[in-house]
Parts: sequence; C-alpha cells; structure tokens
Amino acid sequence: MTSTILIVGGGQAGAQAVDTLRREGFAGRLVLVSEEPYLPYQRPPLSKKFLSGELARERLPFRHQSFYDEHRVELKLGVRATRVDAEGRRAVLSNGEEVGYDRLLLCLGAISRPLTCPGAGLPGVHYLRGIDDVPAIQAGLKAAARVVIIGGGYIGLETAATARKLGCAVTVLEMADRVMNRVVASNVSEYFAHEHRTQGVKLVCNTRVVRIEGSGRAERVICADGSSYEADVLVVGVGALANMQLAADAGLACENGIIVDEHCRTSDPAIYAAGDCTYHPSPRFDMRVRLESVDNAFEQAKAASLNMLGRPTTHDRVPWFWSDQFDNKLLIVGLSQGHDQQVTRGDPATRSFTVCYLKGGELLAVEAINHSKDYMAARKLIADRARPDIVRLADPEVALKDAF
Amino acid sequence: MPTVTFIEPDGLRRTVIAAEGITLMEAARQNGVQGVVAQCGGACACATCHVYVGAGWERKLEPPEDMELGMLESAWQPRGNSRLSCQVQLTAGLDGLEVVVPERQGGETG
Repeated sequence: MTSTILIVGGGQAGAQAVDTLRREGFAGRLVLVSEEPYLPYQRPPLSKKFLSGELARERLPFRHQSFYDEHRVELKLGVRATRVDAEGRRAVLSNGEEVGYDRLLLCLGAISRPLTCPGAGLPGVHYLRGIDDVPAIQAGLKAAARVVIIGGGYIGLETAATARKLGCAVTVLEMADRVMNRVVASNVSEYFAHEHRTQGVKLVCNTRVVRIEGSGRAERVICADGSSYEADVLVVGVGALANMQLAADAGLACENGIIVDEHCRTSDPAIYAAGDCTYHPSPRFDMRVRLESVDNAFEQAKAASLNMLGRPTTHDRVPWFWSDQFDNKLLIVGLSQGHDQQVTRGDPATRSFTVCYLKGGELLAVEAINHSKDYMAARKLIADRARPDIVRLADPEVALKDAF
Repeated sequence: MPTVTFIEPDGLRRTVIAAEGITLMEAARQNGVQGVVAQCGGACACATCHVYVGAGWERKLEPPEDMELGMLESAWQPRGNSRLSCQVQLTAGLDGLEVVVPERQGGETG
C-alpha cells in the first residue's frame, strides 16, 4: 500500500508524530513541513538555558538530520503550508509545491497573544516563541540593562529570572493581582513573587499597560496609573492563542483551537490535529481543554499517529507542566478547574511544599514546589481518581502516596 | 568524545559516539535510541529517560541530587543503579559507559 501522511508543524507534536509513525510501522511517504528553517527543536529552553547562553543551539533539536534520513522523512523546512484543500486532500506550500495526502496531521502550535495598546507595533517589542526571537532579546541582556517584561506568567517570569541572573535590572508588570494567576494557587503565586523580589526583580501587580513609547523603537512602558518604566529590552508574555487559521480556512471546525475528538480527529475524517493548537476533550477531567504543554503535544501526537494508522487510541492523559525560575522547580500535574477543596502540604518557608486540589474527595491536581516526590506520586494518583484521607494528606510528614 | 552503549529494551546494543558536555539523555535522543523518551527534554520533570547504569559505572558518575531521587522513586521499576539520563553529563572519563534502557518509562502511554 502506498500512502502519504503529511505533518504540518515541526514542534514537539510534529517531531513526535514522525517518531511514532515510523516506530509503529508506517512505511509510506512521510512528509513534515515546518515554517521554521530548523530541524524540529525543543522550545522550553528558549526562556531558560538557551536564553542565558548555557545551552548551545546545537543542543536544541530533538533529533539529528541522520535520524530523519534513516527513517525516510521528507523534511520541508522553512516552508509554510499556505492552504489545505480538504476535499482534494492536498496542501499547497509556500514554495509552490503541492503535497497530496491520505492523512494530514496539523501540529500548528500556538502564537503569542499580541499586545494591542498604542505603540505595541514599535520595533523592540519582543515576544518569545521561536529560536529566531531569541537573539534580539539576548543581545540586550547585558549587566545593568533595564529589562521590562509585560506579563507575569510562565514566560514572563522565566525570562525575568534568566535576565536577572545575567545581572539585568528587571521589572515585571502584571495586570492581575498576582503572578501566574491562571495556573497556580495564591500561596504558590505569593511564594514565587517573594522569590523574584528576593532576587532583586521589581514585580508590579495590578498594573495595566496602556502605551509603549519611544522614537523609532520601544523605549518606555506607560501604565494606567501614569507610572512609566524605561526599557532597554522589552519582552511581552501575555499568553498564547491557538494557531488555527490554516485549519479554519480549510473549513475545519474551530473554537478556541482546532476542534478534535478523543481520537485527535478534526471535523474532516482525513485530518487530525495535535498539540497546543487543539481544543480537545479530556475524559479524565470531563471537559474540553486547550493546553500549552510539551506533555500534551507529545501524548496527543502519539495518539493521533496511532489513530491515523487505524489503531483506535483515546487521548486521555493527566497533563503536566513545569517551570524553572531561579533555583526553583514548579511541577504541576492535573487540572485544578472545578475543585472544591484545596490542601497545602508543608510550609512555603522551607522552600518545598505542595498544593493539592480535590473535587468530591478525588485528587484532581497538584502543584509541587521543589518537591518531585509528591509530584511523581500525584501523577498516578490523579489518573487513578484516588481519594485521600484529608488529615494524612495535610501532613507533610506522611508521604503523598501513603495518604491514600 | 566518549562512546556510550545503550542496551535497548529488546536487547539491541546501540553504541553511539557523543559530544563531551552533553547529557546521556541527549546522546540517546539525538540517535533515536529506543525507550529513552525524555519528554521534558532534560528539565528533570518527567522521569521518562530512566536508565540502569552498568555495573562498576555508578561510582564514576556524579551522585544524583534530591530532585532526581524524588523522581526516580516513582519511575518504572527503580533499582539501586537507576538514573535519569538527563542528569548524567558525559565526560571523557565516561568513555565506554553502558546503560540498560528499561522496558517502560514512568510517564509513557501504553
């Protein structure tokens, strides 16, 4: 049987799909199209060790070129899929080529949510999403440089920590009343705010950016209360949106992301999608989610690949996330939305503690700060819908797994 | 450049030449060694790059830190010679290192 599987997108999901498809015996034509002119690479280090210069560029790709050669993967790098003709089962590429497919996998990822205030379009307003975004930011991260970061989420805080370690004078401007407010408990926000301030980061919450000023390039940030911050380097990290235009234009159902079912299939039976671009059902959490996560990209791509090969596989995983800020590791597993109880294990003052979320007595999610044991135990317990003894759960002397 | 041998879950011995300074996990992943999943890419956040270090080599490696030990505790079938390969830096002194890749990884599906 000759058949073609086309993958659009060379991020975590695209790279994983190539791997799974070949390992699971797909012998047909396998084409991967990626807009970026680089071998598929890891993004998490972009705000951490790659930005700081600790991790060399050649260590970012998942696999060497030889892997793709060996597995007969046609890489089309630096090429964009401009249009998908779903009816004709073919994609049109920016280099003029057309690739027909039997199955198409969209791994389009996410795009940075753009800042929309006046001045947001000035040169020097940086976002951090791909390799090519790094050099311009990196060049400015010199000792004493004034770095202003708009947004106190993962990317903002990781970038702040990296810049501070390089000796920059760092200010983080957050619109909400606390950092990482969408993703962690308030005591976890407080802990990280304290860590950043202790390290010398100026953290300003409850502040809304209204304007970027500068002659020819971004030079200062003006907030609603009239305060202004001079910036040698300005980085925006105010969230991400699903990259779904290609899918929407092809007529696929989209809403907050490309809509897929639990088999990663879109509204077109020949087209699948995986990773940050999808809005997908989570059977374990009984809701539709869009996740910005390496883990989800990996697992969903794997499930999508098996489904494309005709082996029905449900994508039903407990997602996990991590963030490195200074010498802290934040490990999150599960989704806390809808919880009805929250229990903190341990004292934040010890720099190692865990927040557990429960719903109807079942463990739903865990945020572990410098506590890999609780995190690893929780991964299994959440999947198993385990029900803890609350008194034991609250006792940090009792191992998490022994509280069930 | 150290030479490292991975014994894959199906028994296949795969020997790779690795650049000094990269991690054991990177050497595996770059070369497509079966069974080293390494989802988090070396952040010590997933325990899917678990390996068993060959006899005699354990003491030549830098000992694991608490974070790694905590992850290993819930890895798939941990043993005394278990390591997360992302936490093992390759040096010239590790030339000839042999590790066994377990049948499964903790966070892996199926």
